[in-house]
Amino acid sequence: MNHTDKNCKTIQMTSREIRDRMSGNEAVAYAIRQIDPDVMPAFPITPSTEIPQMVSTYIANGEIGTEFIPVESEHSAMSAAIGAEAAGARTITATSSAGLALMWEELLLAASNRLPVVLALVNRTLSGPININCDHSDGMGARDTGWIQIYAENNQEAYDNYIQAFPIAEDPRVHLPVMICQDGFITSHAVENISLLEDDAVKRFVGQYEPEEFLLNPGRPVSVGPYAVSDYSMEAKKGQEDAMERAGSVILETAERFCRMSGRKYGFFEEYRMEDAEYVLLLMGSAAGTAKAAVDQLRQQGIRAGVLKLRVFRPFPAAELAEAIRRCGCRALAILDRCESYNGVGGPLGSEVTQALYRAKVYTETVNYIYGLAGRDFTVEHVFGIVDELRDVADGKVLPPDHKYIGLRS
Amino acid sequence: MNNNYSLKTMMNRPERLAPGHRMCAGCGATIGVRAVLRGLHEGDRAVIGNATGCLEVSSYMYPYTAWEDSYIHNAFENAGATLSGVETAYKVLKRRGKLGEGEQFKFITFGGDGGTYDIGFQSLSGAMERGHDMVYVCYDNGAYMNTGIQRSSATPMYADTTTTPAGKVSAGKVQYRKDLSAIIAEHYVPYVAQTTFTRDFRDLHRKAETAIYTEGPAFLNIMTPCPRGWRYETSRIMEICRLAVETCYWPLFEVVEGKWILNYQPKNKLPIEDFLRPQGRFKHLFKPGNEELIGRFQEEVDKRWEDLLYRCSRT
Amino acid sequence: MRTDIRNITPSTPYTGLTEGLQLYAAGTSRQFMSGEWRTSTPVLDMEKCRQCLLCAPVCPDSCIPVADGKRQAFDYDHCKGCGICAAVCPFGAIAMTED
Repeated sequence: MNHTDKNCKTIQMTSREIRDRMSGNEAVAYAIRQIDPDVMPAFPITPSTEIPQMVSTYIANGEIGTEFIPVESEHSAMSAAIGAEAAGARTITATSSAGLALMWEELLLAASNRLPVVLALVNRTLSGPININCDHSDGMGARDTGWIQIYAENNQEAYDNYIQAFPIAEDPRVHLPVMICQDGFITSHAVENISLLEDDAVKRFVGQYEPEEFLLNPGRPVSVGPYAVSDYSMEAKKGQEDAMERAGSVILETAERFCRMSGRKYGFFEEYRMEDAEYVLLLMGSAAGTAKAAVDQLRQQGIRAGVLKLRVFRPFPAAELAEAIRRCGCRALAILDRCESYNGVGGPLGSEVTQALYRAKVYTETVNYIYGLAGRDFTVEHVFGIVDELRDVADGKVLPPDHKYIGLRS
Repeated sequence: MNNNYSLKTMMNRPERLAPGHRMCAGCGATIGVRAVLRGLHEGDRAVIGNATGCLEVSSYMYPYTAWEDSYIHNAFENAGATLSGVETAYKVLKRRGKLGEGEQFKFITFGGDGGTYDIGFQSLSGAMERGHDMVYVCYDNGAYMNTGIQRSSATPMYADTTTTPAGKVSAGKVQYRKDLSAIIAEHYVPYVAQTTFTRDFRDLHRKAETAIYTEGPAFLNIMTPCPRGWRYETSRIMEICRLAVETCYWPLFEVVEGKWILNYQPKNKLPIEDFLRPQGRFKHLFKPGNEELIGRFQEEVDKRWEDLLYRCSRT
Repeated sequence: MRTDIRNITPSTPYTGLTEGLQLYAAGTSRQFMSGEWRTSTPVLDMEKCRQCLLCAPVCPDSCIPVADGKRQAFDYDHCKGCGICAAVCPFGAIAMTED
């Protein structure tokens, strides 16, 4: 495992390892079975549909006690999730693409009402044209809704991230909803090896959900979702932003606790062969696997390339990211966006990463690449091309383009 | 309660909507809310839902809540879905022993006609169809009052609203109103009722209590006049309600397990002018030359009344 | 911890507001004096009142409390003076006076 940490291995692991093979959707559904949440409202949308299907099957067979609400839309899925969570129930849902877009208004309300709902997002491009394949435009479109967002490279990470979502969301310092993201089809449907945890270990790790105040608390009525005049609204938003900032350390603490149980280490991002990397690819999701394979080959040729795989996009680990780039002595950085911002200058990672570097006074050359939109293939050859270009940029042979498409017919 | 109704008994029940909310003087919506909540038996707990609208922004303006029970407002179009989440949470928490055995909660949500007939229609339909044990109450004042009196699908024909203004070449809203009570009845939910304020509130109190204590989804459609939008003197609300019923503009009926029941048949059905005349939003209809419009309004009222009588006669 | 809204004012720092602006309290609107909006005031003539209670349910502002089957004095802290109670009284026991 890439994430196996030497320090963790010295600690007695608290869960036996169960080896299996499954898809990313199966892995998330498996985690849901282990956690046995209270309520799941969901509406089917490709490629996340399997998750509510599998959960419905667990329920139908009496394996879990979750109440499934077969809502009539994703907007109602998140609306019902807000109601259930506010009522005191541990609540989950799953969606993709247009489903997340339809939830948008409600995503903001889940966060601003400080409700720790957990959503499994199986990333798929937003219409139009309508297309069912992966890119990150759905998740990126929700980047300013106040949700914590954690992205997975593969089924293992989708499973591990999903289990960690609850202690993060429900921590009293946080009380924010969490989106656990995996790449549609590439991760959600591809069957890979996976290392699962024991049911009891997962239950212990996640714990009981015991909110202090909730709608169904007898004799202790609460009011949720006020109208607030300007005297209070800005203060409320800052309070929410503070919670997002606090989420950073809770994410790391949770990762550490998870490592003690599983032996698998997580942080804000993973640094792959970054120690002395002159050319770095920064990206999220399944394409990191491709980038790592390409980097291994480049290293054999003596080219010092590395990968920085961002796991936690919200809260955005700006300072830590910039420090990692500074530390390795990177000469040129490729920022890869699986999403187009339509702002004329690149994608959302491009904007946020360059801002992070500038503020940390890390003045390395950067190129923002747009790749893999709506399921377009991303290959090791593409990575070779990118690294060639980074070298030319670093050597001053070419000026860095402000943003550039990969794998586009032109 | 049907046969030995006592206003005194009902009024002895605890007040569940506190004073100090910011609704306009003379507002019909809060009269409706108070009456519905009186349907709850003393000691029974409730979670109240609310779509965005006048009632929401005025009754829970941070940090002032007028609600004595737990209350949740989410957004404009999703009061049905939101409360279905709360009700489902109740079911599972109860089953899992996380709520005391004797703890009984009821679920009641309020939406204006904008949040119910229009933008929240899908969410309401879904919640009714799924069979949640809840009451959806529409306080129907026949326009989007919170944003400044724009037409809704509940607005009566010819009403002068800010998006259907009466003008030189316009007689107000072109369409007649949607019959939402009938549409929800077609969901074959256990209980649907249409009501408004009558002298001793017998009709509303009885229907509220029935709706709340009927297992499964129930829908109440309450005509709650808005003095600002309808343009009448605030003190005249009970007279306006009486005329709505006596002209058969707003008939009182209920649909119990699919059975249509007429609750009140006027001895002398009054002409629709009587309902329209006191309201400023219909003033233009009384200009010379517009008699034909009132005739058309009357025809529509008659047709719908006949339809209702037919439905009630079949069962 | 239950919310005491006296601690929540427009000068309260943001860290002093409740999380998500949830309110762990009920009926706090009583602390807002909506009676200040009133331009016309209902006055009850106890001589004429027969305690029929028809005025109590028509108040939009819960300002005619009922206890033991009898209406109590008007809650002038919150009454907005709409006049519905005076209009429904069958005995002319409620008069509206201009303030």
